[in-house]
Amino acid sequence: MGEAAQDKIAELEEMARLCRIDIVKMTHAAKSGHPGGSLSAIDSMVALYGTSMRFDTSNPDWDDRDRFVMSKGHASPAMYALLHQMGVLEESDIMSFRTMGSACQGHVDMNWTDGVDFSAGSLGMGLSFGLGCALSARMDSSERRIWVMLGDGETQEGQVWEAVMAANYHNANNLRVIVDRNRIQNDDFMEVQMEIGDIGSKFESFGWNVREVDGHDMAELVEVLHWTENADSGPIAIIANTTKGKGVSFMEDNPDFHGKAPNDKELETALEELS
Amino acid sequence: MSAPSSGGASRDGYGKALLRLSDDPRVVVLEADLGKSTKSCHFREKYPERTVSMGIAEQNMMLVAAGMAASGKVPFASTFAIFTERAFEQVRNGIARPGLKVHICGSHGGIHTGTDGSSAQSIEDLSIYRTIPKMTVIHPCDDLSAEELTVQLLDYSGPSYMRTARNKVPRMYDDQSKMGLRIGVGSVLEEGEDVALIACGVMVEQARNAASALSNEGVNCTVVDMHTIKPLDTSLLSTLAESCGCIVSAEDHSVFGGLGSAISEWISTNNPIPLEMVGVRDRFGESGSTSDLMEELDLTSESICDAARKAINRKNSS
Repeated sequence: MGEAAQDKIAELEEMARLCRIDIVKMTHAAKSGHPGGSLSAIDSMVALYGTSMRFDTSNPDWDDRDRFVMSKGHASPAMYALLHQMGVLEESDIMSFRTMGSACQGHVDMNWTDGVDFSAGSLGMGLSFGLGCALSARMDSSERRIWVMLGDGETQEGQVWEAVMAANYHNANNLRVIVDRNRIQNDDFMEVQMEIGDIGSKFESFGWNVREVDGHDMAELVEVLHWTENADSGPIAIIANTTKGKGVSFMEDNPDFHGKAPNDKELETALEELS
Repeated sequence: MSAPSSGGASRDGYGKALLRLSDDPRVVVLEADLGKSTKSCHFREKYPERTVSMGIAEQNMMLVAAGMAASGKVPFASTFAIFTERAFEQVRNGIARPGLKVHICGSHGGIHTGTDGSSAQSIEDLSIYRTIPKMTVIHPCDDLSAEELTVQLLDYSGPSYMRTARNKVPRMYDDQSKMGLRIGVGSVLEEGEDVALIACGVMVEQARNAASALSNEGVNCTVVDMHTIKPLDTSLLSTLAESCGCIVSAEDHSVFGGLGSAISEWISTNNPIPLEMVGVRDRFGESGSTSDLMEELDLTSESICDAARKAINRKNSS
């Protein structure tokens, strides 16, 4: 890796660190929210927005921008942190998370937040929405690409597989999925609740082009995103193996922090660890 | 208003309307393996590049339609009425909540669909979609009105649900009178001062038959095709409350939550006058011919006549 590439990786890692600080701060302030799945997904989101994603922060509604569909909409702090670090949202926006009138609704909402392309909340719907965006782009002869962030627990929803089947059938080559494979869902580890097994092979069996990566290795994430630029066939699924709560020791691999905010003391510890 | 002429199923009108809308490149059609039944097949035949087969997967279809609406398309997504209900939460959260302009058509609605039996006879669709904020709910009575109202959806704001019916019924409109139809405006087919018969869908024909029978008893009825259940034409209700003083609702749908309920909600809080409801009373249907089933479930002109006499008695005794 050349020096410029190393600098880029370091820059992205720093951006992810700042996003993590935002995530714990905003959930602490709201006294609610979902820090665990936000911390697991944030590295791949930073890598995407920092390299492949075509968007314009000064014009979030640009028609030919790539779309990002945050299907696991409860991980909204990751989206808001990213938009904050990119200058789309203000500090006051993220610190008003989950309060009346805030641009930062509990789950991501396209009608409330500039830079959000999908109104999520109920799991299992985002990939279908992304497919609709992808088919429309093709009808319009647009180069825009559609990225969908799925949770691994979310793949328990049958609708996800309806969409996986349909995307391949309709040759939606402009559709790309990242699965945040953190192995934990609301109540417990997936292996306790409903383990799905090898997600990548399931996508492959439906005709998808699949790569599996370490979802916290920024260099690996950047490399796989570069690969997607030249992949020649099929919708693409990147299975990002992650750790729920990544970056905050007491949240890591801890199902309790799926949907629980840090208290004052926990915030203090988290910020020390992220400094 | 001219006399009813023979023949058309509202689903045929929907199919014709899609063809009329095809000049607009934003219009796309989504199917869930029932295009031949909903009549979107005619659009598919001429415009396959703008028709998307979603297979037997209604939940996916609703969100694909939402994604297309968010990308500037005007999607028309259809399947049987009962199967749209399978995707209720998708419609609620994925389409209506963000206010995406997706037009859903549920065909084969109601008991009228007949021999397939109770699993196919949606008698709650109007009710459930009426509860969703921002949702327009339409149930035309014949092919000509279905065609006209579907065409108007192109420039109508927000998402909509239209229920169409499987079977042909006598036309309530002709090519001239259909031009007076407007989404959200009840259509007065006959005018009388004793009772207002307000119906939707296939029950509009029964309401006209009832009005004809009642006229022989010296009872003069107003007959309204209330094709738009939501937003309800409360201005017309207000007028009819004054001019007729009592109302009978008639629908091929549960009396819980449909047209009768919508009318009841308005009059009970604005102008409490007698209301009698003709509709399905907390039961499922069964297999059978349309006529046998409509009789079994009291969805007939005779039921409307009985309800009208009762409503008039209540009005006169109050």
